[in-house]
Amino acid sequence: MSLRGAAAIVGIAELPTQRTNPGRSSLGLIADVTREVIKDAHIRKEDIDGIVTEGDSTFPAMAVEYLGLQNIRFGSGTSMMGASGATAIAHAASAVTNGFANYVLVVMGFARNPAIVPPPEGDGGMGGELEQPYGPAAGANTGYAMMYVRHMAEYGTKPEQLARLAANQRFNAQENPNSAFQGQPITVEDVLNSRYVNYPIRLLECVMPCGGAAAAIVTTADRARASLNKPAYLLGAGFGVKAGAEWQMDNLTTTPVARSAPTAFAMSGYTPRDIEFAEFYDCYTILESLCLEDSGLVPKGEIGPFFESTDTTYKGEFPINTDGGQLSSGQPNLAGGFRHVIEGARQIMGKAGARQVARNDLCLVNG
Amino acid sequence: MTSEYAKPVPTAGINPEITQPFWDAAKRHELSVPYCSGCNRHFFYPREACPNCLSPDWSWSTVSGKARLYSWTTVFQPGDTRFSEETPYVYAMVQLDEGPRMIGNVIDVDANHYLSPDKVNTRLEAVFEDVTPEWTLVKWRPIEDEAKSGRDE
Repeated sequence: MSLRGAAAIVGIAELPTQRTNPGRSSLGLIADVTREVIKDAHIRKEDIDGIVTEGDSTFPAMAVEYLGLQNIRFGSGTSMMGASGATAIAHAASAVTNGFANYVLVVMGFARNPAIVPPPEGDGGMGGELEQPYGPAAGANTGYAMMYVRHMAEYGTKPEQLARLAANQRFNAQENPNSAFQGQPITVEDVLNSRYVNYPIRLLECVMPCGGAAAAIVTTADRARASLNKPAYLLGAGFGVKAGAEWQMDNLTTTPVARSAPTAFAMSGYTPRDIEFAEFYDCYTILESLCLEDSGLVPKGEIGPFFESTDTTYKGEFPINTDGGQLSSGQPNLAGGFRHVIEGARQIMGKAGARQVARNDLCLVNG
Repeated sequence: MTSEYAKPVPTAGINPEITQPFWDAAKRHELSVPYCSGCNRHFFYPREACPNCLSPDWSWSTVSGKARLYSWTTVFQPGDTRFSEETPYVYAMVQLDEGPRMIGNVIDVDANHYLSPDKVNTRLEAVFEDVTPEWTLVKWRPIEDEAKSGRDE
């Protein structure tokens, strides 16, 4: 059995991404975005009988309680970090395809309200013992910087090539009212002149932590055909998981997309050449670049020349991250990775307004 | 050595009993890592089963302390402000000649020279810093006379 065409997204919603949400909680934002997605999908709250959350900061039961959902027959928390959003859609599709539920709410939100202190992360890993004494850089920058150095050393990739990615996505964000960076275009030179946070990562190659929320409704293909929206059908999916600490990876320039993408393409019956536009996880320019290579959209090691020769804006020959992505919209924690699913569906559904891509039948999303 | 060391010392990870001999060896200024008798390979970090073959049959092995710089980041904005006075500095992923990789700092260098990928594969030797009476950190220093011949990948 395959998921190909068996399920679809029939409703989407997204709150504006912004630096913080004073007076708000993450569950409060989740309630707001759920109210909107119910409206967009033209269903009733009572129709929701499944839920998928990111499972790290919001457990399914917490959302079910806060939202007052009474009919839940399927629940899952993905715990896949940045990949939680894309993973959640595949879980939801599996659930409706197997009859566990009919309408699955996928919802993620993060307020980033400084008055609400999140519980300590305590990953139980080795960071405190073997990394912190040596002074890692801020956030997740350390591992990605080490990947970036290896890609430059192995393939000759240059920062000025990856800066194009950042500038093109910022161009796209100018047409996204939900972006925290609307009205703030940047050039390649701006990226290259921004300060090092930690070499080789410059400020404009990192996401900005933000608050926000997003939601989607997934249902069976039969029900989707009756939707008032143009459905976004799931044609294939695949997964990959790497070691948590980058220094425990055998190869710093290959991501788990090398495993997830072939599974998804095989299920779908399409190849990378068929893809018309892409929405890819982009916490850093380098990570997005590695994933684009590993997906098969760009040959391994050739991401630099690709960005030199390809217009990846929403107007271009191969649009990437048409809403600006996380780099140019902001990263509302784990809802940040979910934005790529939402924007892919939005484009397929023809709801992208001024940034609507010309060819919108086949999108590759990476969470 | 001072007990007023102001930066973080190691805090317990997954199983501090398993890693303690690594730190004990560092205190003796020796680099010791697990060697698996199931697959005859060194590994790091220390864990209850070999990450290559999952065998629990491994023992501690004192290694050469020689390594090469696999990758790094030159830190201008540390995650922990206790490192701010030292910026920029080199936070490194090193590959031991025996195979395993570990995290440390490259010291006794001008970090502003570590802003180009051509530093990959720089030959390194372990340096043991007794930061408190309890803790010795393992850091890395370029090997001068091997500097030209170390790029062997």
